[in-house]
Amino acid sequence: MKGRLIISGLGILAMLAEIFKFKKVLYPLVLIGILAAYALGFTEWNANYNIEMFSNMIRFDNVALAFSGVILATAFFWFILANDYFEKDHVTDHFALVLFALVGALMLTAFSNMTTLFLGIEILSIPMYVLAASRKRDLASNEAGFKYLIMGSFASGFLLFGIALIYGATGSFDLMAIRAYISHNGADLPAFFYAGVLLVLVAMLFKVSAAPFHFWAPDVYEGSPTVITALMSTIVKTAAFAAFMRLFLVTFGGVNETWGIVLAVVIALSLVVSNITAATQQSVKRMLAYSSISHAAFMLMAILANNRGMASVSAILYYSLAYSIGSIAAFTVVYHVSKQESGSSNIEAFNGLAKRHPLMAVCMTVAMLSLAGIPVTSGFFAKYFVFSLLIGTSYNWLIILAILTSAVGVYYYFKVIIAMYFKAPAKEDGITIDSSHVVLLLLTTLFTIALGLVPNFVIEIFG
Amino acid sequence: MLVGLLIIVPLIAGLLVFGTKGKASRNIALGFSLVEFALSIVAFFQYKHNPASADLVLNCTWVESLGIHFAVGLDALSMLLVLLTTFLIPLIILSSFKNEYEKPNSFYGLILIMQMALVGVFTANDGFLFYVFWELALIPIYFICLLWGGENRGAITFKFFVYTLLGSLFMLVGLIYVYSHTGFETGIKSWAIADLYQAGRSLDVNQQSFVFWCIFLAFGIKMPIFPLHTWQPDTYVNAPTQGTMLLSGIMLKMGTFGLIKWLLPLTPLAMEKWGGVAIGLSVFGIIYASCIAIVQKDYKRLIAYSSIAHVGLIAAGILSCTQQGIQGGVMQMLAHGVNVVGLFLIADILLRHTGTRDIDKLGGIRSMNGNFAVLFLIIMLGSVALPLTNGFVGEFLLINGVYQYSAVTAGFAALTVVLGAVYMLRSYQSIMLGERKDSAIAFGSLVGSDKLVLYIICFVIVAFGVYPAPLNDLAEEGTKLIMQNLK
Repeated sequence: MKGRLIISGLGILAMLAEIFKFKKVLYPLVLIGILAAYALGFTEWNANYNIEMFSNMIRFDNVALAFSGVILATAFFWFILANDYFEKDHVTDHFALVLFALVGALMLTAFSNMTTLFLGIEILSIPMYVLAASRKRDLASNEAGFKYLIMGSFASGFLLFGIALIYGATGSFDLMAIRAYISHNGADLPAFFYAGVLLVLVAMLFKVSAAPFHFWAPDVYEGSPTVITALMSTIVKTAAFAAFMRLFLVTFGGVNETWGIVLAVVIALSLVVSNITAATQQSVKRMLAYSSISHAAFMLMAILANNRGMASVSAILYYSLAYSIGSIAAFTVVYHVSKQESGSSNIEAFNGLAKRHPLMAVCMTVAMLSLAGIPVTSGFFAKYFVFSLLIGTSYNWLIILAILTSAVGVYYYFKVIIAMYFKAPAKEDGITIDSSHVVLLLLTTLFTIALGLVPNFVIEIFG
Repeated sequence: MLVGLLIIVPLIAGLLVFGTKGKASRNIALGFSLVEFALSIVAFFQYKHNPASADLVLNCTWVESLGIHFAVGLDALSMLLVLLTTFLIPLIILSSFKNEYEKPNSFYGLILIMQMALVGVFTANDGFLFYVFWELALIPIYFICLLWGGENRGAITFKFFVYTLLGSLFMLVGLIYVYSHTGFETGIKSWAIADLYQAGRSLDVNQQSFVFWCIFLAFGIKMPIFPLHTWQPDTYVNAPTQGTMLLSGIMLKMGTFGLIKWLLPLTPLAMEKWGGVAIGLSVFGIIYASCIAIVQKDYKRLIAYSSIAHVGLIAAGILSCTQQGIQGGVMQMLAHGVNVVGLFLIADILLRHTGTRDIDKLGGIRSMNGNFAVLFLIIMLGSVALPLTNGFVGEFLLINGVYQYSAVTAGFAALTVVLGAVYMLRSYQSIMLGERKDSAIAFGSLVGSDKLVLYIICFVIVAFGVYPAPLNDLAEEGTKLIMQNLK
């Protein structure tokens, strides 16, 4: 709870900074604030388990704290990556928007009521719409923001409609009350309740950009400034999954026959569409956008195996951490490479990166190996946990499909590696990057490998 | 502890070598690989002295809640393959002394890291660890082939990588499936090999068949077995010589070793049901690859195909599930590992001295360098398994084993002897004998490092051909252990 107050406070402070002229100290202040919020999470661990606040609207259990931890850690890395973004114009606006989006993300990890779910999603999304369009003289960025807004509003509409139907059937917004209602009246729920569940499902699938609700993602990812793309594919995604998980594992766990098969089809579709489309992309940024759809499908697989209790939760936690860290490393490299090439992140821009900046090439390689799921990186364990959750259920066929499409995934991740090591660079001059980014790359790479070597800390976190 | 050292030394050495420059890299790499070889010899005598010694096993918890342990150990079988690995790596490094590679630190560093993974594969006693080492072995060799390979290496190494990765992912599924059936009595799931064996045997025949094909796919691709071999010839030809040696000399054995330790005891029922199909594929591969080898013009490609033929026989012998078949498979794995490294070195020498590997363009080299001709002859004879060479024991046992399974199959499998003699002797004849072609004129004397490697290989071929007992005893012992698990 204290962490959320700090982040919200920082957001308000950022808006005041323009007036009171302390823009310069804002950046260190935010970094310290995030670290403080992260550290405070530890004091609350196990301490106020099940404490509910604001009339049972928010609940801070360990799951919420763990996902907040992932989000805050990613946010810390992200702020290091995005230091340029807070230097030119609209500095305080950028700070405020990102911090408020962060508040929304944190809210999505801890909601215990449908209204807080909706509020969280909106608080997260509205700043993101603006941030996507924040390169305001760039047509692609404007288009990205606009598309994101239209599609996001649609999804919000679905969500509201779904919530209304569920409220109509069960008479409550409270997650636990809905869950209790389902388990008591399992047999005679009205048909519109199921419609409500499916509408909520569709809305959430929009937010995590699973096929066939993914069409906004590639354009938005490509058009937005690279750092914002990194924000979307890490923090926003983690938050959306925390919410997805809480809704479908806890609240609607009783009616999993209704949404299970739909989800299975969505996963299958996402795996196939995302991997095949990603393989044909020329732009690395766009490729990462499509690959994020495939990672979403993997995380959804952990939700699909819904009878595994906390194992599913820790698998999703691990996956989102591994994926976020790997993505931050990848986007750091993409950011610098595309800066060299005046904004283009085409695969040719990566040619010969191993000669121009060996460290970046090595870190990018580790990130790609992790995203492709090669041991002993964290990405491998992430996929392993998902497989081991799903094996032996009736969804064995999804595992086979996931494996076949992973092989396609290797193709496009390795295309980047091959380009970096094997193709001759267009320019011979070296690339210089900030020392803070060097540290960031080293940290994320180290993290990726360390998480792969000792996954215990994350997966045994719930005891 | 000793077994832990065997894994950690190449890793540390590899990381050290990354930090060096120029010629120092290869010398340091050679030094460390010799240390590793010495360690494995110590382990060998330790094993002879006391097979149950605590030095030969290591078991630490890795991920407690999932039953994953860092469990490695040396038994008779893994002892042999670790010896093969540690013996070949110094030779492979030595054979590279005349090749000027760019970025030698990365090259030798990757070789040593690969050695770490290979030793890990051969010693792992935990299913999960086995998989991790199995995948780890793939990454260094991918970069070795990619960075120092021949023309068009991008596409070819990529095909190799995707093929093997796909296979191993299926193996992972198969292993997880067995793992999910462990611990019914205790309620604690475990990746320990003994628990996996037990769980595997508790499955019914359909479940076992699923596991069998998942895992067989991975091993079949690695070896490779027809029709999963299409990545192999191009990869072998395009990889740098040392990469080819690693691939064919050691990495191929991961597949056959896996068959023995990680497939047969896991799914005995499925073996009864599907063993015939798998043997059929292996035997078909023998004839198919031999026929293609006969018409090859490129000597390196010829050896690549001969390798498919040899490994087909090994696989058929192992899959026959007989004492002789498996024991022969183990012996042949060792012999083939040594011989094929020698043959690929010869292909490399031919290319370096004459500028071509095209058999038609070569001829009459014997008249230029009689010494080389003798060494080449010995290695070639070892490869066609002449009595008193190291190849003979294994091949004899293998055919014996397949014969016990089915006489007709053995008849086809034995064709490998005839066909092997055809392509080996014919290529030798046209390269070394006959009229001296233009390309042979420049063929001078061999450089010291190449000569040394060839001498060592020839010595091993003859020595273990005449007196195979030390290896054969171990192979027999290891096989008996596996056979116990098959009943």
